[in-house]
This record gives sequence, structure tokens and C-alpha cells, in this order.
Amino acid sequence: MPHSLVTIANLSKEKILSLLDNAARFEAQPNRRLLEGHVVATLFFEPSTRTRLSFETAVNRLAGRVIGFSDAANTSTSKGETLKDTIMMVSNYADLIVMRHHLEGAARYASEVSPVPIINAGDGANQHPSQTMLDLYSIQKTQGTLEGLDICLVGDLKYGRTVHSLIMAMRHFRPHFHFVAPPELAMPEEYKLYCRQNGISYEEHTEFDASVINNTDILYMTRVQRERFTDLMEYERVKNVYILRASMLTSTRPTMKILHPLPRVNEIANDVDACPQAYYFQQAKNGLFVREALICDCLDIQV
Amino acid sequence: MKDKLQVAALENGTVIDHIPSKLVFKIVDLLGLQNQESSVTIGYNLQSKKIGKKGIIKVADKFFTDEEISRLSVVAPNVVLNIIRGYEVVEKKTVVMPDELHGIVRCPNPKCICNNEPMPTFFHAVDKEARILKCHYCEKELHV
Repeated sequence: MPHSLVTIANLSKEKILSLLDNAARFEAQPNRRLLEGHVVATLFFEPSTRTRLSFETAVNRLAGRVIGFSDAANTSTSKGETLKDTIMMVSNYADLIVMRHHLEGAARYASEVSPVPIINAGDGANQHPSQTMLDLYSIQKTQGTLEGLDICLVGDLKYGRTVHSLIMAMRHFRPHFHFVAPPELAMPEEYKLYCRQNGISYEEHTEFDASVINNTDILYMTRVQRERFTDLMEYERVKNVYILRASMLTSTRPTMKILHPLPRVNEIANDVDACPQAYYFQQAKNGLFVREALICDCLDIQV
Repeated sequence: MKDKLQVAALENGTVIDHIPSKLVFKIVDLLGLQNQESSVTIGYNLQSKKIGKKGIIKVADKFFTDEEISRLSVVAPNVVLNIIRGYEVVEKKTVVMPDELHGIVRCPNPKCICNNEPMPTFFHAVDKEARILKCHYCEKELHV
């Protein structure tokens, strides 16, 4: 059955692993004519060039056609059209809708009114399942497994959507998390509660130092954004505390990799790019294979 | 004079009792009693041993559905509905929070789709004891 993808929260372990297997098939062979004769709409009510290009490339490599818009400013939304009307109209033309929206819950609602499947490409601060899947794929690919890994999350753990989704997706795989953040951006209680309820062990740190960096399999960096702080003096104090430099990577575990959802600003110094642990650009590339797998799954196309 | 009635008795209908006084008109609103055709008696600031001052609403010839009653669970979980037939209380109903609440609670998140589209709100009861709801759309939790 064709179906929407709104969140990874309810995906089973088997489902996640099978999607990752399919992504690996697309990595081995990215150009396949599986979407021939299909039209995919990319509706980006909020600009996100990186995500849109990745989805559109995925469709193109599968020989499908793309319609859509990259900014709602030039659409009927700016004239006051409801989301439902836009979805109903586009579903007349497309077999699948990939949607990014600034409002939370927009993808869930669209999936309930749309006659064609919806893939959520980010709904405000809520969910971004293809990002989470590409994070999982990158972890599995670099570590050989998802089971029993040490994963260190660094930076903005309060508002960071990607780190929250990653915790939920990893619940099937007995991870041990290290949460490294300033007190203002610490992991919210609801996610710590989620960890305890799901048997996920974690430690919290405010210091970003060798004891953390040298004892992890994955170092997942996020951006500390100035606008998150009410106290700008506090921002000035912490903004340079969570910067990763090449000099900090001399004694890591041999297979340790650094991930980042990108765009990065200054939380990973440029000299890290040349280190063997740097993996964030390949991580973004993996997004293509994962999205090919997700699109085929939503359209119920055998890979 | 302990048993003296504070408002006139009802032949058939529903008496909603033990309403905190300040919530009386909210309940009138939630049940749409402004549009009720039969007689409605509303009392408030009545003496109550249980809650100090209470309110009471008597609706003649009206028997609420479970869906209507469940709407009360959000604002007034402790009210009691007495079903009256022939001047007798034939049944007492307490309010139970339903698993799903449609169009009853407003989502406090201004960035939630349900506050930006012409659509009913939809909440799931996460913890009925602690009265925690979760928005079906933005997934934010709400304490009522």
C-alpha cells in the first residue's frame, strides 16, 4: 500500500533496517528507472535548498519527473489559500508529495487530507524523518552496526530537532548517549524521561573535552545558535566552548566519526575537514540514497 | 432545613452538579446550552460542603451523549450528571476523559498547523490521571 512518511517515531526496528538495506542498494546503484512515468511534487513552503536538492536528485536518478516550488512566496499560499487546498490541487498532478512547511504538524495534516502519499521533509521544529534516516544510515555504514554504540550529542540539545529524533530512532539499538551542552541548551526533561522509559542509558556533561571525545563511536555536532539565548552574555561565554578542532582528535577510537546535520557555522573548525574522522559531507551524500529508498517505500515500489 | 432544594425540581432531564462556580458559564458554552429550546436553570454560588461554592445546571428534557459529557472532562473533571426521569434520579454519571478529544481543546502552540488552518483540533490523552494531552499535529504536550 502506498503510504505517507510523517515521523520515524512509530517505525519498527525491522522497518528501519529494511529501509537502510534498500538505501545500501541505491548506494551501490543510484541510477535506476524505478520511477519512470511517475511525477513527484516538491512543495517547499519554507526554503531549504539542501533538502530539496537531495529529494529532487533522488527522483531524477530514479527517472521520475519533478514539479513544485521552492518558496511559498510565489504561490497561492501568499494569497491566503489553505494548505488543504494546495495539497488537493497538487495531488491532481503528482503521485507523491514531498513537503517542507514552517508549521508544526503540517505534514501530519497533509497526510490526512491528501489522496497521494506525503513525505515530510521537515515541519517546523517537529519532525524531519529523512534526516534521521540518513543519520542512522551513516552510523550503520561507518560502524558496521547500529547496536550498542556510544553516541555523543554536542551543542544545542534543547531545540535541536535532529538530536531528539535520533534518540527516538536509536531506542531499538541499545545505545549509550553522552549529552554535551551548556545548561541553557541542555537536553529537555521529556527526552531524558523517554530514555529512561525505553532503557536508554545516558550521561550529561557541560564540558566538551577529551574524556568525552575519546570514548565515543559517533560525535554528533550541532550548531549553537545565537537567537536561542535570552542572555547574550551567556551566549558569548559558551559560543566557543563547543567548537571542535583537529587538535582534539588525536586519541579518538579508530573508527570514530563526526556527524553534523549541516549547515555548520563555526562549531567544527575547518581544519577538522581533513581529519579521517570527518564524515559530515559523506553523511549529506548518504541522504540521497536514503531518500531514494524512502520514496520507493512510500510508493510501494520494490527495490 | 438541610434537605431544602435550592432550585426547583426537574421532572425529566439532566442535573449537572458539583460544578465549581467559576466554571458554570464555561460549561454552558461547551454544551451549547445557549441554543437549548427547553428550560434551563442555572445556579451558582450555592453552598456546597464539598467544594465551598458550587454551581448547578438543570436542563429539562435533555439527556447528554457520552461525547457531549466527555467534553466536560477538560474543564470540570469532577462534575456529576444526574439523569432524572419522573422526578427521580435514575442514573448518576461521572465525567471520563476520552482517549481522543476532537475540537474541544485549543492547542497552545501558535506554530501548530491547527491554529493556522480551518480545521478542528485533535488531542490524545497521554495521562488521564495527570491530565496530560498531546496534540495530534505538533506533538506538544499540554496540561489541562
